[in-house]
Amino acid sequence: METNAVIRLEDIHKVYQTGEVEVHAVRGVSLEIRRGEFVAIMGASGSGKSTLMNIIGCLDRSTRGRYLLDGTDVSELDRDELADIRNQKIGFVFQGFNLLSRTTALENAELPMLYTHRRLSGREQREHALKALELVGLAKRAHHHPNQLSGGQQQRVAIARALVNDPALLLADEPTGNLDSQTSIEIMGVFQRLNDQGITIVMVTHELDIAHYTKRNVIMRDGRIVQDVQVEKRLKADEELERLRREQQAVQLAP
Amino acid sequence: MRRVLAAFKIALRALFRNKTRAFLTMLGIICGVAAVITTVSLGQGAKAQIEAQIASLGQNVIQVGSGSVTRGGIHTGWGSAGTLTIEDAEAIQREIPGVVGVSPEVRTSGQVAAGNANWFTQVLGESADYFSIRQWPVALGEPFTEQDVRSVNKVAVIGATVADQLYPGEDPIGKVIRIRNAPFIVVGVLASKGFNMFGQDQDDVVVIPYTSAMKRLLGQTSLRSIIVQAAGPEIIALTQQQITELLRQRHRITPDRDDDFTVRTQQEIAERATEASETMRNLLAGVAAVSLIVGGIGIMNIMLVSVTERTREIGIRMAVGARGRDVMLQFLIEAVTLSAIGGALGILAGVGASKWLTYSQGWPTATPLGWILISVCCSAVVGILFGFYPARKASQLDPIEALRYE
Repeated sequence: METNAVIRLEDIHKVYQTGEVEVHAVRGVSLEIRRGEFVAIMGASGSGKSTLMNIIGCLDRSTRGRYLLDGTDVSELDRDELADIRNQKIGFVFQGFNLLSRTTALENAELPMLYTHRRLSGREQREHALKALELVGLAKRAHHHPNQLSGGQQQRVAIARALVNDPALLLADEPTGNLDSQTSIEIMGVFQRLNDQGITIVMVTHELDIAHYTKRNVIMRDGRIVQDVQVEKRLKADEELERLRREQQAVQLAP
Repeated sequence: MRRVLAAFKIALRALFRNKTRAFLTMLGIICGVAAVITTVSLGQGAKAQIEAQIASLGQNVIQVGSGSVTRGGIHTGWGSAGTLTIEDAEAIQREIPGVVGVSPEVRTSGQVAAGNANWFTQVLGESADYFSIRQWPVALGEPFTEQDVRSVNKVAVIGATVADQLYPGEDPIGKVIRIRNAPFIVVGVLASKGFNMFGQDQDDVVVIPYTSAMKRLLGQTSLRSIIVQAAGPEIIALTQQQITELLRQRHRITPDRDDDFTVRTQQEIAERATEASETMRNLLAGVAAVSLIVGGIGIMNIMLVSVTERTREIGIRMAVGARGRDVMLQFLIEAVTLSAIGGALGILAGVGASKWLTYSQGWPTATPLGWILISVCCSAVVGILFGFYPARKASQLDPIEALRYE
């Protein structure tokens, strides 16, 4: 049971000091996410979901509480150790894609391997990155630059980059926030396929329909978890895309 | 090590992406290093030339001038006091053991003429030893002899410039040269020596026996100076001291009074001559070094801009696992690469400029290897020094803030 938990948060608090005002962004969150789960953390802006995400992603440290990531206690690690944890255990996908411009898709996917301790030759790095791009269906665009790719394709590159070091956890922060609805569903399809292969995914979103593609929804308000439910009528991205296509055809066929 | 290599790759790629900017940033360093190299090369060239010319005065030469630089608190000029006599010169020759050559010297300047041509030149009265002391052979004819000096003969050895002016296209040997209207016979033409360190034409000269000069031209009995050649460099100091003692004794100078003559060695002359050029060179090199620092500030400026501009990139790198050290290394290497390439180009430019100056202006230059090494080190240090602050700033960014940066 214990070994199966990828994330284990115990009474996490986060207090920001902005000037003289103390902002209590997260007020005692306890959460356990197991291997193979697909969780959406939801909530309005200011609910503390982004702060929690930053803590889960080891970009930030909690003020109080204990955080076990893949069996390692990361609440007491310093900056460098956190950087290593991010490199080895976590893959990030951001709302704004955050790819390096003027750098090819392949080089973007190779980026995390520049900072690993594992010894990989240039060719091995290339192979790993290509495999990751294949996984998101973008191998043919490996040598394109981000500005030559659509938003959906850029996000796929970002996902490939997140996967390249075989992380224990894929973290996505509003991954569909900058995409139109059809592309959003395509990206959710990519996540669902990856999740089917056993990859644990945690994403933050405020879009309810996007959350329906996940398996479990955690809803936050004022720094606390107010609801934690399994998704009952889970949407399948493939089916939804098929339905969309049919609807579009119907519109075109109509006189 | 692998991470350093990776940082190097990233840094080079970033520089390549901004070629124009990288080049303009480098330009500061290029100019600085090139300026240092060029000024030092010029200074070194001038110094080498001066040394060559000092050597051309002759080897182991001691000059005795009448008058002293300060006498009883009053400054008097070199050779103006009229205190040296032919007997002094003979005494030096006779009584000081290490002396191999002595030339009593008088100087004047005046019009010289041959046929229709005339020329204004310097006339030196010397002994027959003069040509061997100054290691100045004749190219045509013969030098005048000891006999000519003793007989007060009206013979002259002329410099190459005088020969060109008075006897263009002719053989001057045996021809008459009128020096201040007194007719002399040309017996030899000196080999050309070119210009000296003060830009004077050393070949613009007529050398005649000092006896003839004193009796037939000047009508004076005192000497301007005495040129003495010592047997070897190791006895120069001793000979200098012996000359001083001998002359004080001959001139009956009591211990409480200053010399009425000055004894200078070639070494002192060389030191005085190079001192000025070295001061100038150091001054110019200092100015050039300042421009190197300005170039470094240029690098720091661009690196700071670059860090700000690439805040998001830094955030991304940190998010995927770059440590602060990795980011710092990346920017530091960028700065050092800029300054190192700039330094290398600067050396090329500096050496090129020196060569060009030699070629087009005829200025002597010599690029000392030591200074090339110094400029390489300087530019590397400039890169590290001025790259450090921006690099540290980048490495201390907070990944969350950096990712949010627009």
